[in-house]
Amino acid sequence: MVYLTRKAEFSASHFYHNPAFTAEENARVFGKCNNPNGHGHNYTLEVTVKGAVDPTTGFVVDLKHLKDIMSREVLEAMDHRFLNKEVPEFLTQIPTTENIAIAIWRRLAPKLKSAQLHRVRVYETPDLFVDVFGEDGPGEA
Amino acid sequence: MKAYLTRRYMFSASHRLHSERLTEEENRETYGKCNNPYGHGHNYIIEVTVGGAVDERTGMVCDLVELDECVRSHVLERYDHQNLNVLEEFAAEVPTTENLCISIYEIVKREFRGAHLQKVRIEETMMNSFEYTGENNR
Repeated sequence: MVYLTRKAEFSASHFYHNPAFTAEENARVFGKCNNPNGHGHNYTLEVTVKGAVDPTTGFVVDLKHLKDIMSREVLEAMDHRFLNKEVPEFLTQIPTTENIAIAIWRRLAPKLKSAQLHRVRVYETPDLFVDVFGEDGPGEA
Repeated sequence: MKAYLTRRYMFSASHRLHSERLTEEENRETYGKCNNPYGHGHNYIIEVTVGGAVDERTGMVCDLVELDECVRSHVLERYDHQNLNVLEEFAAEVPTTENLCISIYEIVKREFRGAHLQKVRIEETMMNSFEYTGENNR
């Protein structure tokens, strides 16, 4: 088994707000991130796929294919967007880094052909990142 | 789906690697430059990883402000700008980054209740890093 990771960057704005909370609860739980005008980040995405090395090509995955899927499913949807208003998942979910990583996993997993998705890592800043390993990942029931 | 959140922190400290269980010559052979009796220092980078289900109400695995405050008050204040060798936990243990990693894991495990602690990783320099997941307690 070989693991291959491809990086991409996107920039987007968001804010954190739960309509079920009072204004005070939103301010207390989400702090500065609750500003309804939004704020932005340069996100770094790392997508790791795993698989056997194809004896003919020497590849785990066709990198062009992986890059195209990441561009179409993630970057076109999220780059230079206001996540709360322009990305369907975040009309009903708060666009935290946790939920962004899960949304990216669910967008990519069904589109990959030869290789299997192993990990999605999303950096919100260099000092904060989230990993997800899917519904069958480590620690899942 | 579980999500694993990692936060990075930094502190600076000095240490000397020297074991009472080894002779002077063995210490020099084992630890090399790190056995210098006057000690030396590093900028340590700590990565704390917590994991769990994402809370549907907040979209978060844990409250980051709580995690930051816990690490600041219990880890950074304890170790930043200190000589590790004089601290209680290194009275009988050599303050290698392996042992430091275990000590920090145990502190965060004891003090942080907001989510499951998955891993502590420390970069001693850009070239070495150490990880502890609580598997083999010393």
